[in-house]
Amino acid sequence: MRRLFQFRGGVLLKEHKRDATAQSVQPATLPKRLVLPLQQHIGEPAEPIVAVGDKVLKGQLIAKPMSFISAPVHASSSGTVVAITEHPVSHPSQLNAVCITIETDGQERWKERQQAVADYHQLPPEKLREMIRDAGIVGMGGAGFPSHVKLNPGQKAVDTLVLNGAECEPYITCDEMLLRERALEIIVGLRIMRYALQAKRCIIGIENNKAAAFHALQEQVRNTGADFIEVVQVPTVYPTGGEKQLIHVLTGKEVPAGGLPLDIGIVCHNVGTAYAVYRAIEFDEPLISRFVTIAGSVARARNLEVLIGTPIIDLIKECGGNPSTLSRVIMGGPMMGIALHDESIPVTKVTNCILVNATISDVPLASKGSFAMPCIRCGNCAVACPVDLLPQQLYWHARAKDFDKVQDYNLFDCIECGCCDYVCPSQIPLVHYFRFAKTEIWAQQQEKILADAARERHEFRELRLERDKREKQERHKAKRAALTANPKTKAGDSKDSAADAKKAAIQAAMKRAQAKREVNNIPPKNIDNLTADQQRKVDEADRRRSDDQAETKVKATPQTTNQANTQSKNSTAQDSSQ
Amino acid sequence: MSLDTTSSPHIHSGIHITGMMMRVCLALVPAIIAYTWFFGWGLIINIVIAITTALCAEAMMLKIRQRPIAPFLTDGSAVVTGLLLAFCIPPLSPWWITVMGAAFAIIVAKQLYGGLGYNPFNPAMVGYVMLLISFPLEMTQWVPPNIVNQLGVSFVDTLNIIFTGNFPYLLSIDALSMATPLDTVKTELGLNVTVTEIVRGNAIFGDFAGIGWEWVSNWILLGGLWLIYKRIITWHIPLALMGSLFVISFFFFMVDPDIYLSPMFHLFGGATILAAFFIATDPVSASTTPWGRIYYGIGIGVFIYVIRTWGSYPDAVAFAVLLMNMAAPTIDYYTQPRVFGHSGKDASIKDTTIKDTTGEGP
Repeated sequence: MRRLFQFRGGVLLKEHKRDATAQSVQPATLPKRLVLPLQQHIGEPAEPIVAVGDKVLKGQLIAKPMSFISAPVHASSSGTVVAITEHPVSHPSQLNAVCITIETDGQERWKERQQAVADYHQLPPEKLREMIRDAGIVGMGGAGFPSHVKLNPGQKAVDTLVLNGAECEPYITCDEMLLRERALEIIVGLRIMRYALQAKRCIIGIENNKAAAFHALQEQVRNTGADFIEVVQVPTVYPTGGEKQLIHVLTGKEVPAGGLPLDIGIVCHNVGTAYAVYRAIEFDEPLISRFVTIAGSVARARNLEVLIGTPIIDLIKECGGNPSTLSRVIMGGPMMGIALHDESIPVTKVTNCILVNATISDVPLASKGSFAMPCIRCGNCAVACPVDLLPQQLYWHARAKDFDKVQDYNLFDCIECGCCDYVCPSQIPLVHYFRFAKTEIWAQQQEKILADAARERHEFRELRLERDKREKQERHKAKRAALTANPKTKAGDSKDSAADAKKAAIQAAMKRAQAKREVNNIPPKNIDNLTADQQRKVDEADRRRSDDQAETKVKATPQTTNQANTQSKNSTAQDSSQ
Repeated sequence: MSLDTTSSPHIHSGIHITGMMMRVCLALVPAIIAYTWFFGWGLIINIVIAITTALCAEAMMLKIRQRPIAPFLTDGSAVVTGLLLAFCIPPLSPWWITVMGAAFAIIVAKQLYGGLGYNPFNPAMVGYVMLLISFPLEMTQWVPPNIVNQLGVSFVDTLNIIFTGNFPYLLSIDALSMATPLDTVKTELGLNVTVTEIVRGNAIFGDFAGIGWEWVSNWILLGGLWLIYKRIITWHIPLALMGSLFVISFFFFMVDPDIYLSPMFHLFGGATILAAFFIATDPVSASTTPWGRIYYGIGIGVFIYVIRTWGSYPDAVAFAVLLMNMAAPTIDYYTQPRVFGHSGKDASIKDTTIKDTTGEGP
């Protein structure tokens, strides 16, 4: 018997698991349309490689990953691509994302599949990871991290591969049903993963409220004679299904904050992922379907094997839910699931449950819209917190937007499990505050990066302007030196060169003024064929004008130089102000 | 189609502030009965006066502060404040004493600081200390055990005493009142009488503390244990408070039992048990971390002993609690628990790398 290490905190929840586990899992009806989001995983979205109008086969690659942390998307059934466009998806932001929509033809024609792998031990682990990557397998417990990345230990040695069958959220039973109905397949998948990781041993953790699943699995482990696999029942406490929590319960080890399980020689995968790996390696089947629990206020709560991309409304209808009375549809469990904003949102690789109008629950739903009382610092949240945070303090500082303090209180260790919210007697939406604070901090960091870049740009510009100005001044100096050098040599004296330059500038300005005036002095053209009288008058006027000019010339000289000076000053001022 | 998209979690335990406060009141019911048995109807009348005043003051202040009245008036916190204050006031005090104490507690100690959740000091204790300092005579006219029964002071008589100050025939406040056991000990120790002599020479001393008082304390203890069982309070503060008081009084008792009271007298005489389970555990003004609560409880226990033994007040619960209220924020800051996945005892050792720590979902 393995010694277990219960983490502190957590809450006991009503399970609500009986309804959906009463009957065996059936495939869901083929939907008319499949909507396949290009991003169903953590990482970069995939890039479509089909066009609207293309015929696709079941299992055909329709979008390929563009980087290491990404996953391809495959057609879940045969049909025609009718749209590659934005569509509502399950995301807390309620933003749309690009999806490939396939109109199914009902024939379920498969792509050509490879021969079954006779013995995966013949293949190197890299090849297995490549196959798993090409099958588009991601963590099916909810996070959706590309599995080939998690199956690559790099230089680190893996001691234990933990298979997560805890499934601690109320209502959700898809993993339990998978364990009950596909136990052997999961064991094979687990062994493939163990081989890919070169792990020493495997532990399968199952909550002790799933006796049937536990026994099914134990029997298969006995049958296969795999003595390196241990099936362990763990206490039913929410959130035992959290990766770090389950690892702690099973091994007593804590994953370091900000680190990965791999740092302590452990890798954790979901049972659904093991099953998908089995299908991929043994049958060359990409991840195009999964078990989904449909529960809540539906006539026939159950688990269905659902094609990825099936709109949730199809499943709700199939299970006897009334589409006209939908008020709240949660994708995932009641503790961590996302309340969907649109009924056409499709099932993705990470969808484990669709919870319809859970107001029928005997556990009162938190009415967040209603009035939240002030925090009375009862500390129930701190008692319930599975990572030993002090939510009451985090809340205080998050509300005050004191983001340094919230990080002091280790905000980023929060796993958003919702235990604090659940027990809060003031019904404060604590997790909401923590998400808000996290997002704000991320945004601030992003802003800081941008601000740093902007500052650098600005500083560089200042530097450049300074340099330009210096160079200009140097050029001017050189020019001036060149100009003054000549008269100097001619005169042969050592008079102040600045005075000379000034004089030269005055001369030049006077010359320019003279030239300008001469241009202006173009005689009028109507002086041909003049009468004698007229000629006389013109002559008189000309004489007068030239006299005037002579006078003005004498008067204007100092003025002009002044002007010239001011002008040059102005231009220097303008220069430096640039 | 508009679907409700509030963020997770989508379920709640169903335990609200009102429920918690009502359970606190419920836990005091046995003690109220015992108290009435030994000391007459005064307590119950005072409770009614105090709670009514507290609720009126609360409603008035919420109105002035333009806060929603209904949710705050029904949260039960004012009821608890009134109830605890009534426990601390001598049972035959004139009505205006109780009214002033309750109003001061709610208006000054609670609402002026921002209302529920924002008061740094325990409102009931602030109200009590105000009364003790302002009306020292009235606040020390306690009733000896059983005398009310022996003299046949009825409910109507008690009402008369409290509201009009008219005592039944041939009785007066001097005839009906006397010092508490702790007070008696304090006064007589000052006259160089030994503890043994004091206890032997006074009829008010029972098996291990004062007659009546010790039984009220027993019932309060029972109610407090029930609150721990119901998870309304945690064990930390009561245990730390009683533990530290026991240890320190045991030490001095061993040094010289003639001038130092026994640990049992300290625990069950006076308001120690009430403080340990019902006053010091007021969540708003107490420490909230597990270790913080232990230090907080120890602090109160030590202060109670120090003030009782060397201070000028016979009982010291209110002062001890208020003193530790001041220290609570600092205690909380220095007693953060070690966060999961962090090394060492100090939780403030931070990892500067920020990443989404949401693990593989359930």
